[in-house]
Amino acid sequence: MDPRLTSDLTPELKDIVFEIESHAKNLGLDFFPTIFEMVDYQQMSEIAAYGGFPTRYPHWRFGMEYERIAKSYEYGLSLIYEMVINNDPCYAYLLRSNSLVDQKTVIAHVYGHCDFFKNNYCFAHTNRKTLDEMANHGSRVRRYIEEVGHDEVESFIDICLSLENLIDQHGPHIRREYKPKEKDNYDESLISPDKLPVPKLPSLRGYMEGYINPESYLKEQQAKVILEKEKEKKFPESPVRDVLKFLLDFAPLSAWQRDVLAIVREEAYYFAPQGQTKIMNEGWAVYWHSKILTQLVLKDSEVIDYCDHYAGVVQMSGQRLNPYKLGVELMRHIEKRWDKGQFGLDYTLCDDPLVRKNWNKNANKGMQKIFEVRKFHNDITFIDEFLDEDFCEEAKLFTWVQDRRSGQAIIHDRDFKTIKRELLDAMTNFGHPLIDVVDGNFRNRGEILLRHRHQGKDLKIDWAVETLKNIHKVWSRPVNIATVIESENKIIHFDGSEPRIEKGIQFEH
Amino acid sequence: MKMKMETDVNRFRKIVRGKIKDNLKRFISSGELIGRQGNKQVTIPLPRIDLPRFEFGNNQQRGVGQGEGEPGDAVSQGQAQPGEGEAGQNPGEHSMEVDVSLDELAGILGEELGLPRIEDKGKKNITQKKYKYQGVLRNGPESLRNFKRTYKESLKRQISIGDYTPDRPIIIPIKEDKRYRSFRIEEKPEASAVIIYMMDVSGSMGDEQKEIVRLTSFWLNAWLKHNYDNLDTRFIIHDAIAREVDEHTFYHTKESGGTLISSAYKLCEKIIMDSYPSAEWNIYLFHFSDGDNWSGNDTNECMTLLDNFLLPSSNLFSYGQVESRYGSGQFLKDLEKHYGEQNEKVIIHQIKDRDGIMNALRAFLGRGK
Repeated sequence: MDPRLTSDLTPELKDIVFEIESHAKNLGLDFFPTIFEMVDYQQMSEIAAYGGFPTRYPHWRFGMEYERIAKSYEYGLSLIYEMVINNDPCYAYLLRSNSLVDQKTVIAHVYGHCDFFKNNYCFAHTNRKTLDEMANHGSRVRRYIEEVGHDEVESFIDICLSLENLIDQHGPHIRREYKPKEKDNYDESLISPDKLPVPKLPSLRGYMEGYINPESYLKEQQAKVILEKEKEKKFPESPVRDVLKFLLDFAPLSAWQRDVLAIVREEAYYFAPQGQTKIMNEGWAVYWHSKILTQLVLKDSEVIDYCDHYAGVVQMSGQRLNPYKLGVELMRHIEKRWDKGQFGLDYTLCDDPLVRKNWNKNANKGMQKIFEVRKFHNDITFIDEFLDEDFCEEAKLFTWVQDRRSGQAIIHDRDFKTIKRELLDAMTNFGHPLIDVVDGNFRNRGEILLRHRHQGKDLKIDWAVETLKNIHKVWSRPVNIATVIESENKIIHFDGSEPRIEKGIQFEH
Repeated sequence: MKMKMETDVNRFRKIVRGKIKDNLKRFISSGELIGRQGNKQVTIPLPRIDLPRFEFGNNQQRGVGQGEGEPGDAVSQGQAQPGEGEAGQNPGEHSMEVDVSLDELAGILGEELGLPRIEDKGKKNITQKKYKYQGVLRNGPESLRNFKRTYKESLKRQISIGDYTPDRPIIIPIKEDKRYRSFRIEEKPEASAVIIYMMDVSGSMGDEQKEIVRLTSFWLNAWLKHNYDNLDTRFIIHDAIAREVDEHTFYHTKESGGTLISSAYKLCEKIIMDSYPSAEWNIYLFHFSDGDNWSGNDTNECMTLLDNFLLPSSNLFSYGQVESRYGSGQFLKDLEKHYGEQNEKVIIHQIKDRDGIMNALRAFLGRGK
């Protein structure tokens, strides 16, 4: 970390950090060593704009982000209270202008995040030396800028960033290798398919040959054979979700471009788990900061200030679910159920609401359970497994639809099944469209074919076209994406001239 | 701000400049910037510069929320959240506001319209003293000590006499090592300009015509401010009589009288006589009307006023005729007859509608006078 950016904590804060850290440890949290730095709001805006890494590669969007954050500070719209970096050691930033109660809250909150980073399975494969890694990426990109020019490198980064979400969200640690075929299983027929043996009908007499296997028939047979062969060399053999990896392996890029694309992909994989565990991670951190503060740290005089701030963090926001609030409420719901023994076959099969309500077997397994949950779940499985009917009612969840005439969001209903389906639908693939490479030699012309697995929501078409153009810049040959537009199968095609939307193909699922 | 972020912010600003240029025509004819003018800054609404991705269309028509209410009730919007800043991605909004200084905006206008820089006629009224630091002296006040140079001198001396060990890099400057910054007082002439706006507010000028004048003058001001250190603006409205008003009144007055253009030119002459000796001031005259002067006599008088005093004392006289349903537009023809289309100092331009403002600006400012 750049020493010029930050300053040491005051002795008073040092003591507080020490105290809260030991509380966190005693309560069973487990984290990498955590280093707190004191920054002013300008530095905080800067660090936040760089996604936590001031040493990152240069790019205009960080400048844009900085201006946006700094401006919202000026208007008092937002205050970044917390900033934690998943790294070993963990780095966390404290805003110099925060009140002491706020600082205590943030410190306790940070330890919640640090425990989550270290223990949740989604983060198990993240690079814990990312701080160094990012600096290394930064210097590599700077070198390319010196070699080939700022504009060129920056616009190539623009291209990579527009493809940044085309990674395998569910398998950040699965790095499938696609090796082009080795020399030793070299297949002559791939080069000249006309040399392939053609099956003939048996003819006993030589002079009958021309009648039994006429020229036209042989041609037909040969075409069939060639087609079979084509199918065999389908490439890739099965659809590839990690589009970036496919491009890295097979797109005609120069060395520096390949490296830049690899850097963008690497960073996308590093940040992906944070998007996949937002609700749990924030819920976990809020759970622990409120527990540590209210039970162990706060003086009586500070409680009101704390509650005031806390209410701000976990307020209801109507149309958009507040991840902090949803997360912490669901965590507490799980804890309560497992404390009372509301789990297992008996409980599941019980359908008397009154019995269920008063179900208490004093199992006291709540704490153990939430620790387990924070280790083995991501947001999707968390919601899927634990968001039950009781919770829906307690948390006052509802579905809303937009009223056509007024544009107002109107409460639609409070039916549990609808709510859950709606939530999980929206979270599919963590909110990104499912896109695979299905063919790297489409139409046998070296075109790329991507498939969007449509699940009820259309792509934003103008953006899809722009993104396709960017893929074309990387692939250099025509590019296609098969999707569904207004319930019809379509293929968007771009070959460098004008994008076209063509009739689509039906994939067998 | 550290150097690093500065680079990224500058890269971003460069992109923004390009966006503003792309949207300039819209800004000029819509006037949305005028209301957003602060002291020296203009807040410009731009579509968010986002990188395209494969994403779902954001026609979000359904979702899950949390809170009180019965089915059928409108969802109450919570207040803004305190932000979070866990390293990660933030959802973006779809438009953004960028603060740009008026000066920069004028620069963009100039680039887009291909305006030449105004050649100062060398009229000087004030010279300003500026302290310029340059050069290094061997003696001076401690407050002006040049630390770097002093340090280097010490280092050179200590190394040359073998008094420096890299392990204990201690440098002690003595009097001979000390270097000080020196300064010169420079006298820089300051160029000043005044714009006198005249507008016909007789009954035949409608609100839309006035709005066109307002939009045009906003950009004229910006460009001239960009070119001169000091800029005064004065406003004259006239129907059959003329009076000087402040800016607000200038745009919000509606009279019902007839039109005597000469009244305005006379008042303009008086203002120049009283406060702006033409040896010291660059004077710009802009007159907007629907061209409906009452009588030929008055028109002749206008030409006399122009020829005898207004043109000789000013840099430029521009007449902008806004089309109205009632105006005859005769005055423009009379001016053209008198001065021809290529007069050195007189620019005559017709502004049909808001879309014509851009060309009007080009006509008025395109000569670099």
